[in-house]
Amino acid sequence: MAGRAVAVRRWPGIGAAALVAALVLGTLLAVALRAEAGRGLGPSDWAAIRFTLVQSVLSAAISVALAIPVARALSRRRFFGRRVLITLLGAPFILPVIVAVLGLLAVFGRSGILNEALRWLGLPEVQVYGLHGVVLAHVFFNLPLATRLILQGWQQVPAERFRLAAQLGFGPREMWRVIEAPMLLRVVPPAAAVIFAICLSSFAVALTLGGGPKATTVELAIYQAFRFDFDLGRAALLSCVQLVLVGIAALVALKLSGNESFGAGLDRAVRRWDSAGLGRISLDSAVIALAVLFLLLPMSLVVIDGVLGIAKMPAQVWKAAGVSVVVSLGSTALMLAFALPIAIAAAGKSSWLEAIGLFGIASSPLVIGTGLFIVIYPIADPFDFAFPVTALVNAIMALPFALRILVGPTRDVVQGYGRLSLSLGLTGRQWLRIVYLPRMRAPLGFACGLTAALSMGDLGVIALFADPETATLPLQMYRLMGSYRMEAASGAALLLLVLSFGLFWLFDRGGRGHADS
Amino acid sequence: MKYLAFATGMMAATAAVAETPVLTVYTYDSFVSDWGPGPAVEAAFEETCGCDLKLVGAGDGAALLARLKLEGARSDADVVLGLDTSLTGAAAATGLFAPHGQTVTTDVPNPFGEAGSWDDANFLPYDWGYFAFVYDTTKLENAPASFEELAASDVKIVIQDPRSSTPGLGLLLWVKEQYGDGAAAMWEGLADNVVTVTKGWSEAYGLFLEGEADMVLSYTTSPAYHIIAEEDQSKAAAAFPSHYMQIEVAGKLAGTDQPELADQFLSFMVSDGFQSIIPTTNWMYPAFTPAAGVPDAFAAPIAPEQARLIATDKVQAIRDEALAEWLGALSQ
Repeated sequence: MAGRAVAVRRWPGIGAAALVAALVLGTLLAVALRAEAGRGLGPSDWAAIRFTLVQSVLSAAISVALAIPVARALSRRRFFGRRVLITLLGAPFILPVIVAVLGLLAVFGRSGILNEALRWLGLPEVQVYGLHGVVLAHVFFNLPLATRLILQGWQQVPAERFRLAAQLGFGPREMWRVIEAPMLLRVVPPAAAVIFAICLSSFAVALTLGGGPKATTVELAIYQAFRFDFDLGRAALLSCVQLVLVGIAALVALKLSGNESFGAGLDRAVRRWDSAGLGRISLDSAVIALAVLFLLLPMSLVVIDGVLGIAKMPAQVWKAAGVSVVVSLGSTALMLAFALPIAIAAAGKSSWLEAIGLFGIASSPLVIGTGLFIVIYPIADPFDFAFPVTALVNAIMALPFALRILVGPTRDVVQGYGRLSLSLGLTGRQWLRIVYLPRMRAPLGFACGLTAALSMGDLGVIALFADPETATLPLQMYRLMGSYRMEAASGAALLLLVLSFGLFWLFDRGGRGHADS
Repeated sequence: MKYLAFATGMMAATAAVAETPVLTVYTYDSFVSDWGPGPAVEAAFEETCGCDLKLVGAGDGAALLARLKLEGARSDADVVLGLDTSLTGAAAATGLFAPHGQTVTTDVPNPFGEAGSWDDANFLPYDWGYFAFVYDTTKLENAPASFEELAASDVKIVIQDPRSSTPGLGLLLWVKEQYGDGAAAMWEGLADNVVTVTKGWSEAYGLFLEGEADMVLSYTTSPAYHIIAEEDQSKAAAAFPSHYMQIEVAGKLAGTDQPELADQFLSFMVSDGFQSIIPTTNWMYPAFTPAAGVPDAFAAPIAPEQARLIATDKVQAIRDEALAEWLGALSQ
């Protein structure tokens, strides 16, 4: 394997991963140690584990399966507004859960657009609530992420490969066998593992769209253990189950996906000779149109709802918005501090390091928050740490996405330029500045944008730590909803969407600069 | 010199602030928001107490209790405001609370004893309400008037999960109290009416307003919000033969370093100054009707004899059994 030619040291990455593991496992331990005698896992907990597993596997599999044609279409086509569209498609992923669910139900719900249309046509209505509803919602959230991750795989294929393929007269089948299938094998399993990990800790979405307690997930069981039974031991145990499941998923993904990259290219603009033909053009167009309809229709309903509410928002909302922007920039910086060293180390021999990152998203925010509370409380007032703690936890939650975005391109840089760098004596900081960072602009921008947006929209642990003066925008939105002010809450949701999206856009755009990727 | 004078002034000011005693009250989130009772309560109490009232929001009632258990006797809280009668049994069992030592006559219906009497030694009530199914009168004619009628109808409802939501737990106890051993059968009858179950009240109410269900589990006072704040007369609460109550209470912590101020706050809480703020900010009935009365929109749809409640010391045992029945009936 070419992984040996690394111009940078591995220990900062291992250190950063150890810190992440310590935070996740340490908070879990803190909760477990604080527990009084509980009742252990009961039959209902096992039912929750089974359901969680089924819905996460289905959601991850369907998300990536649908993302492949969408990414392929987007990679083959160049059209006006393509870049805007790629950015816009990321929107569902960064919305607060409840807002996205309301948007989704406005389309698929009992009185949604779909059923109105079916009624009008005299056809039987469709029922969204059930396992299929849970999967539908998770695909809605994660299809954009899967698409971006897989699209990135296509973009990493050097332009020279396509040129060579065209010269050799590759048809679609050869193209698939020689270029696309190996690329997908490298990109898809880890992407599926990340989505599996997100769906594992789903709670409100699964319950609401699952239609009742048969859709009880592990996260809900943790919630119950914590606030209904105050059985901290069981909460910690259930959180362990989440970590074990994600550990297994990460191992499977690592096993399935190869490490080999396509080698370095000359950074020529990619031209595709395999995209002509009426059949392929109409297929790609149809796929893109369907994805846009599925993802952007619920979003536009959220926007329309929100416009009416903007005027009704109390002043506190604007203050909370400012707080949220600061916290989200803080978590972006923290994410970089963790993700860059881990990505560089994982690009070499230590590819298992990426798996550590997954722990952050799979572990219950309630357990991490409570653990941090237990740890901080004896030394200081947890309220004083509301912002740093929220920024830190949000950074850890975003870490797996960031790593997934960064590890592949980092590996390409390390494998493609490692030897040349070493022979030129470029190491350490110089290597970072001259070789690594310039080649990583686009993935770094995407990772930062995603982290900033996620951190904006995430309720996270702030709910455990916030006092009235220190609410973030999502928390403020929930408070508005909690006191009947649904219209003002829709306004706040729109503001949240605009801000998250703005941050995402700025970073993503800044990263891609002038390159036509 | 100017800077020195400024610095001295600042230090004097800081010292003055430091001497003002601080009363820390833990409560739920919606109490402390700008549009909740918090700001008005704080201003009114600080006028007379010569203190700084610090309201700290911590999730909802159940999260509040979990928070207290985590902090234990070292808690900074002097008063906890926002537990309800399904939590007070567990709260009293922690031993963290001190008796309030007050005798009050309340306007909260009392299903157990003499009207107006209040016999919880640790907690004092500040507001209360009836759980009820709220619907839109322009969309649903002939709203069901009992659980039996609801179960027999094809009216769709959205409810909250008792494991994560206070109203959800209220409904669980309501059905259990009314039907006892027949509660499981009642839930089986209701199962096909339940569109979905949500994590909390906000999600359920949001779904209802979006038209996903004909009725939502909320409070009899919910229509009052729409009438007063939105001038929307279309929402109503379905009157059932009996309604389960939620009584919200506050208590003083045994470990408080401000016992006098805490007592003073509890006395203020049961007075007109506090009680008149409650109806149009917390959208519940005040526990002690203020001299000015309550807005007309708050007219209770039922008589106090129809109020139902499970005694606080029995809630713990009953809710676990009721939860198992609920899970069994709705998981099929």
